[in-house]
Amino acid sequence: MQVLMSLQEEALALFARLDSPHALEEAKARYLGKTGALTEHLKGLGALPHEERKSAGAAINQVKGVLEKALQQRREALVLAQQERELRASVLDVTLPGRHPGRGATHPVTRTLERMETLFRSLGFEVADGPEVESDDYNFTALNIPADHPARAMHDTFYLAPGVVLRTHTSPVQVRYLKSHALPVRIIAPGRVFRCDSDVTHTPMFHQVEGLWVAEEGVSLAALKGLLSEFMRHFFEQEDLPTRFRPSFFPFTEPSAEMDVGCVICHGHGCRVCSHTGWLEVLGCGLVHPNVLEPLGIDSERYVGLAFGMGVERLAMIRYGVDDLRTFYENDLRFLKHFQ
Amino acid sequence: MKFSEAWLRTWVDPELDAAELAHVLTMGGLEVEALSPCAPSFEQVVIGQILTVEKHPQADRLNCLRVDVGTSTPLPIVCGAPNVEVGMKAPCALVGAILPGDLTIRAAKVRGIESQGMMCSARELGLSEESDGLLALAAHAPVGQSIRVWLDLDDQQFTLKLTPNRADCLSMRGVAREVAALTQSPLSPLSFIPRKTNPEFSTRTVRVDAIEGCARYCGRLVHLEQPDLPTPDWMVRRLERAGLRAKALVVDVTNYVMLELGQPLHAFSDAALTGNLEVRWAREGESLTVLSGQTFALTADLLVVADETGPQALAGLMGGQNSAVSAQTQDIFLEAAWFSPVALAGRARRLGLASEAAFRFERGVDARLTQEALERATQLLLDCAGGGQAGPILDLVHPEKMPQRLPVRVRPDRVRRLLGFEITVEAMQQILTRLGVCLEGNGADWTATAPTWRVDLEQEVDYVEEIARCVGYDQIPMQVPKAPLRALHLPERQRSRQTVAQHLQAHGFQEVITYSFVPAEGEQRLAMQPSPLALLNPLSQDLAVMRSTLSVGLMETLVFNLKRKQEQVRIFEWGRCFLPARDTDGLCAQPVRLGGLWYGTRFPEQWGIKSEPADFFDLKGVVEELLPPGASFVSTQHPALHPGRSAEVRWNGQSIGWVGELHPRLGPSFDLSRMPLLFELEWVPLTREAWPEYRPTPRFQPVRRDLALVMEEGVPAMAVLDALRAAARKNVTDILLFDVYQGAGVDEGKKSLAFCVKIQDTERSSTEGELEQICQELIRVAEQRFGAVLR
Repeated sequence: MQVLMSLQEEALALFARLDSPHALEEAKARYLGKTGALTEHLKGLGALPHEERKSAGAAINQVKGVLEKALQQRREALVLAQQERELRASVLDVTLPGRHPGRGATHPVTRTLERMETLFRSLGFEVADGPEVESDDYNFTALNIPADHPARAMHDTFYLAPGVVLRTHTSPVQVRYLKSHALPVRIIAPGRVFRCDSDVTHTPMFHQVEGLWVAEEGVSLAALKGLLSEFMRHFFEQEDLPTRFRPSFFPFTEPSAEMDVGCVICHGHGCRVCSHTGWLEVLGCGLVHPNVLEPLGIDSERYVGLAFGMGVERLAMIRYGVDDLRTFYENDLRFLKHFQ
Repeated sequence: MKFSEAWLRTWVDPELDAAELAHVLTMGGLEVEALSPCAPSFEQVVIGQILTVEKHPQADRLNCLRVDVGTSTPLPIVCGAPNVEVGMKAPCALVGAILPGDLTIRAAKVRGIESQGMMCSARELGLSEESDGLLALAAHAPVGQSIRVWLDLDDQQFTLKLTPNRADCLSMRGVAREVAALTQSPLSPLSFIPRKTNPEFSTRTVRVDAIEGCARYCGRLVHLEQPDLPTPDWMVRRLERAGLRAKALVVDVTNYVMLELGQPLHAFSDAALTGNLEVRWAREGESLTVLSGQTFALTADLLVVADETGPQALAGLMGGQNSAVSAQTQDIFLEAAWFSPVALAGRARRLGLASEAAFRFERGVDARLTQEALERATQLLLDCAGGGQAGPILDLVHPEKMPQRLPVRVRPDRVRRLLGFEITVEAMQQILTRLGVCLEGNGADWTATAPTWRVDLEQEVDYVEEIARCVGYDQIPMQVPKAPLRALHLPERQRSRQTVAQHLQAHGFQEVITYSFVPAEGEQRLAMQPSPLALLNPLSQDLAVMRSTLSVGLMETLVFNLKRKQEQVRIFEWGRCFLPARDTDGLCAQPVRLGGLWYGTRFPEQWGIKSEPADFFDLKGVVEELLPPGASFVSTQHPALHPGRSAEVRWNGQSIGWVGELHPRLGPSFDLSRMPLLFELEWVPLTREAWPEYRPTPRFQPVRRDLALVMEEGVPAMAVLDALRAAARKNVTDILLFDVYQGAGVDEGKKSLAFCVKIQDTERSSTEGELEQICQELIRVAEQRFGAVLR
């Protein structure tokens, strides 16, 4: 008995000491294997007197049970330790940045255009398109700007050939669209326009969004004011944005107006951007001149049109606080990156 | 149009300060661009008269003055100005005055001599940029009076940004009329007594040949006793505050009357004219040197005033040098004519002449002004030039060529409909009457006749605008627009610009927008376009021709950014290109395209990805995802691309673009050692969205078989793939190329392509024998078509 107990002590101590599964299995063989110490005791049972055999057997089996349990626990502990070691070995610095293919952004002018398109679509305006190389006719004459009209001096025009120009505004799309579509129409026409002018506040190419709504009902100067104020409030995301309309002149609208919004930068206190007036001029608009509608066969008694045109760069500059127009067309990636 | 507030107030004087008046004008459609004081603020500067001048004992350049400033004792003042003399009157800043630049005047000793004030030049008072001495004042200037009062320095200058339709406001009287109407204030008439004419004093006759260009011509001979007298101060001041520089009496008076009434005038030196005058179109071969010094070869569309020797003036534009008036010219022939806008339109611009007269004629001058303007100018000239005499006025009129004021129907209901709000007939009537419009008829239907000065009121809508702006645009209510609902719908089969852009952005591409015009050499280098569309009037050589490819702008953007130390550049642009071919409109073809450029590494520099240069297949992969179903690539030759690394993109039997590496030959011209990758695609095919095709999801496991086929290295992989796909049985759902190998185990000049054949049965599982048969069929096709053998 004494022997058995010391054997158990010895084995338990050994198991606890071993730290590899392989050595543990070897140690198991030493005690529990075919020639193991405990197995030898079992074999020795036969030599014991009958009355001792039972109790000795029970004692051996108890030791065997203890050892097997210890072994199992030790095995599991070793597996856990192994896993622990592996985990420790595979620790990452999770603060390292993830892998990135890099991400590009939309150009701020396009971004602004898309916001405008989305807004106008939500107001029921379809998006129309027209050529950038345009005939003198569509660009001027059809818009009530005959040859040598002083209003032509407002447009410094690029010519490709006599009678062929780079469109100076998106307004010709009005005429093209009216020619090819049934009334009523409600469209905007975004796109590039060109003027022969280049300085701190002018680039020879810029973008406009033209708008046109011709219908039998619903179109008036009051509706024009309501429509454009609604647009500007949402464009600048300012519910109480002040707006004002001033009489102006465009050959293709009558009455004509220019629209100002309260300076979104200084909120009317006066700043450099609004030249200390508290107002920012944002667009020109008016009711479509009968001289535009009638030659297209549209009865201007029956149909009333409203039209507007706004500079996209100007709105983008105000919205994002860009202070130099020319930045838009340098395409410096360091600048464009800010619009992600 | 600039003018002095004080001058305006002699015509109309509403109870508004300058800022309020500016607001009224702006909101009335005459935008006030600037409102600026005529002089900086300063006080305590009075008119002083120099009583004595003595040399300063200590300083050569200084004088010791005694100056009468209207007080009991004259002030001792030390002064360094060169033009001091006894009796002279000049501004004197008293002790305590603060001059512009925060200069405070104190009593002081200047080199030991007491000085109690400062005599001032125009520059010291902030009245001019330069001055060469004290500002000499008129002999009758009242000593002791504030200089601000005497020179009217509290006046303000208005600058109007007039729209081209408001020709009537190009004069003081016109602006005053407008102010009177907008503020409902009384307008003072211009009152002067026309000078008696001497019927004996007349010279030449005038004949108008070009009546379509000159419906009315008035002229008279005026003799001046002292044409060299200075222009009166008040006139100089009004001219200067209107932005015109005073020159000499006769010119100043003609300018003054033009500013006052809006009628341009011209004065000829009568002695320089020969024989009778004629208003006619210029003849080929004639030339004229005008007052500005420029000499023009005249063309038949230029109107001239000619004498028997030839043209003496470009009518309505500028006078000729030969007949110019000088300060010594005593006999002048004064002209006031009505030249038609059509006869002058665009001429000044074409000739590069800055002409106040042409500016007015082009926009339309009131045709009834000629006589009045001549009388007014005569009166002012005779008053200011020490008298003289005036001959009778010649007045040649062709009434049928004069602008006609046709009556226009104006219906209050129509006005309400267009404005979208209620306004009473009485209110409309008041407004129109105030503007000088003559209304006839009842309150439902008027016949309106515009006053002669309102050349812009031609149609009913013009009157609608008049009513709206006089009511005030800000008084018109804002109406929520109403229209029938309608769905605005992008067809499901169509891909939007945003979708495509987002795809490219997710691959790291930044959108750029470059100019549609590019340098000619850029086009030559990068486009197949040998003769690009050139602008007739480019801003510069860098913006001279229309782009036929987006790559010119993309390459410029690359170079620009590389100079700014960017190492990886991935950019794209969407926009029109311009091709000389005509489209149906008779204009050039201007297709929308999408182009992109990739330069540098595959990924931005980062710790987790090895840095490798991007290659053809990186860009091709991006492009492939953009393409409509059924697009394919074939090897191509493009002048700007590497001959072995460029592909044409084909779809529906057409070329829809290309992708490739820049030709290494072009590297040096862009200062590049590594070549960027570029693509350009027609936009329209890219908007085709693939349609999802439903097939039941199979219940059987998919099976995969791999085939490695060895063939000549020149065989295009896509051709093999296409052939295999075409030949495969129905249950082969796809064949993928997963490896391309050359090297050990494959003969020189050959390559091994490894394909994965994906088989998906839907009815029952194929047997091993059937799978083998599928592969054998594919191998046979590869063998027959491309001489391939199984590796």
